[in-house]
Order: sequence, then structure tokens, then C-alpha cells
Amino acid sequence: MTDQKEMEESQHHIVSPVIYIIIGGTLLVLTGVTVAASYLELGIFNPIVAIAIACIKAVLVVLFFMHVKYSSKLTKLTVFAGLFTFLTLIGMTLSDYFSRAWGRW
Amino acid sequence: MTTSGWKSREKKRWPVSDSTAIAPAAHGAPEHGHEEHPAYLRHHFENVEQQADAAGFAMWLFLLTEVMFFGGLFTAYLIYRNWYYPAFVAASHQLNIFWGTLNTAVLITSSFTMAMGVWCAEIRKQSGLVLCLVLTFILGLAFLGIKTVEYKEKIEKHHVPGFHYSLNSFLDPDSDAEAKAAGDKPLALDMARHTEVYFSLYFAMTGMHALHMIIGIAILGFMILRARAGAYTAGHVTFVENFGLYWHFVDIVWIFLFPLLYLISRHPN
Repeated sequence: MTDQKEMEESQHHIVSPVIYIIIGGTLLVLTGVTVAASYLELGIFNPIVAIAIACIKAVLVVLFFMHVKYSSKLTKLTVFAGLFTFLTLIGMTLSDYFSRAWGRW
Repeated sequence: MTTSGWKSREKKRWPVSDSTAIAPAAHGAPEHGHEEHPAYLRHHFENVEQQADAAGFAMWLFLLTEVMFFGGLFTAYLIYRNWYYPAFVAASHQLNIFWGTLNTAVLITSSFTMAMGVWCAEIRKQSGLVLCLVLTFILGLAFLGIKTVEYKEKIEKHHVPGFHYSLNSFLDPDSDAEAKAAGDKPLALDMARHTEVYFSLYFAMTGMHALHMIIGIAILGFMILRARAGAYTAGHVTFVENFGLYWHFVDIVWIFLFPLLYLISRHPN
């Protein structure tokens, strides 16, 4: 049938299961690390460490589970543009809320 | 060629439900007078690759709207946490780290099985695909089950915002096992009241996340039926792939919810 032709036609990158296993394992380890870190007394670094680990996990998921590392430039640009817009909006909103009362007391 | 009943049922049971259905080429090519192409290639695309790229791009655009949606909730959470910090610290001590961690592990594992499912579809391994989808389905249900246990705890302690909301755990921490274990000091009444804001956001965020899980699980059930009929292992994997993107996105939302709600206020300073 046309099966063979279809296979040749799609230049689709197939991510190997080995990568999935490594990434899945890393995500579980990082989950353990972030829980352990929350029990340590790190002062202001407690939330910073927790958010940093969450960001690392999210990036791993996006790059490998969601195949962005192997995707077209269009997909990469879309993901980056979305992230950039989101960070801009949340950054400007938070800086406004946190600084609105400065100098009032 | 699949040997199951999929091909014969295609027309009457799932008419144009997604991009798998279309292309008269399979049944009536001559009248169109064009080259032969896979049955799932829609006519407005040049080739299979372009069709897959377009579908992936559209899925990412949808996910960006989801990012903005959950982003609003995250922003609200951060603003209120900044305003009512002592209330948010005390309220977050009511969450159970054990259940939260277990749920994170369950969800990450389900993301892994989903990724393996996409791989199985790509290499056309039908039994593997069905197994992965079923595992993902079960892990998704397990997540919701654990969430139910947590919600039940909140309901029993009157920590659901509304008329029956109780400030006991925050005005008198010694009367409450979780608050006592965390060494909470009693809050003043006006600050204690703001714990309700924390729980409102807790239920809004985890509830919207759970709704996404429920929708995902429903689609998974549908996909399992179709995968058993051989729908995704004949070269056209777009639907599985894009559902995978959705499932991983829901996973990412939880990856951020977990530290923000459960972890970052363990040690108030």
C-alpha cells in the first residue's frame, strides 16, 4: 500500500524512549529534591529554590515530552513568544501591585 | 493496512470528527484527477508534513491561551500572598505534603506514559499505544482520587470558603493538629479572615486544574476506543500527539501549583 510512501514523506523526528525514561526519572528526582528543600530552613531562598526547580521541570517537559527541542522554528518561536508575553504581563502587574504603596508610609 | 473493523466503521460512526476523516481519494480518486495521497491528508494542505505542522502550531496557540488563563490565577495568588502573607502561611500549613507529593509523582508518571504512547503511535505499535493510553487514563483517575481525599479533609474541617467557613484552626492553632505541628501562632481576627482568600484561590486553581484533568481523561477514554480499532497506528498520529501536548501542559500547571500552594510557606520568616 502507500504505507512505505507515507513513512518516507514525513520527516517527523521520533524521540527515543530512552530520552523519555531519563527525563521522567529526572522529573521524579527533582520532585523529591523540591520537597526535601522545603523542609530546610533557607530563609528567603525557600520560595526561590522551589520556583527554580519548578521552572527546570517545566522546561524539561516542554523541550522533551512536548518535543519542542525537535520541532520547527515556528513552534519554537510560538512557545517563546507565549512565554515572553506571559512573563511581561505578570512582571508588570506584580511590580505595579508591589510598589503602589511605596512612599505612602 | 489495519485488519480491524476500523476502516468499515469509519464512515458511519465518526464522520469528520477530526482530521482523520476526509479525502475522497480513498474511495473515488479518479473523479478528482489528482495524485494518490494518504486518506487522512486534507485537500487544502500540500502534503502530510505541512498538515501536521499546521495542526501542531494551532495546538500550541490554544495552549498559549491556556497559559494566559492559568497565568491570571497564578498572578492573583501571588498578589494576595504578598498582601496577606501571615494568613497565606498559616492556611498553606493545612495542606498535606504527603498527598501533594504523591499526586505530583502520579501526574509526572502519567506524562511519561503519555509520551511513551506518542512514541508507540509513531512506530505503529498498536498494543503498546493502547497499554500506554490505559495507564495514562488510570493514573489520571488516581490523581483525581487523591485530590478527592484532600478535598474531603478540607470539607470536614470547614475550610471551604462560604457560610460554613471556620477560623478555628487559625485563631486557636493548638486545637488543630496540622497548625500545631507547624508551630503556628494565633492570628488576629482580621488576618485570620484572609485565610478564606487562600482557600478560595486553592479551590479555584486546583479545581480548574482538576477540570482540565477530567476533560483529558474523557478524551483519553475516547482515544482508547479508537486506538483499539487501529486509528492511530496507521501513520496518522496528529491527534495522539496534540492530545499529548495538552496532557503535558496540564502536568506543567501542576508542577507550578504544587510548590506554590504546598511548599513555599513551610518556613515563614
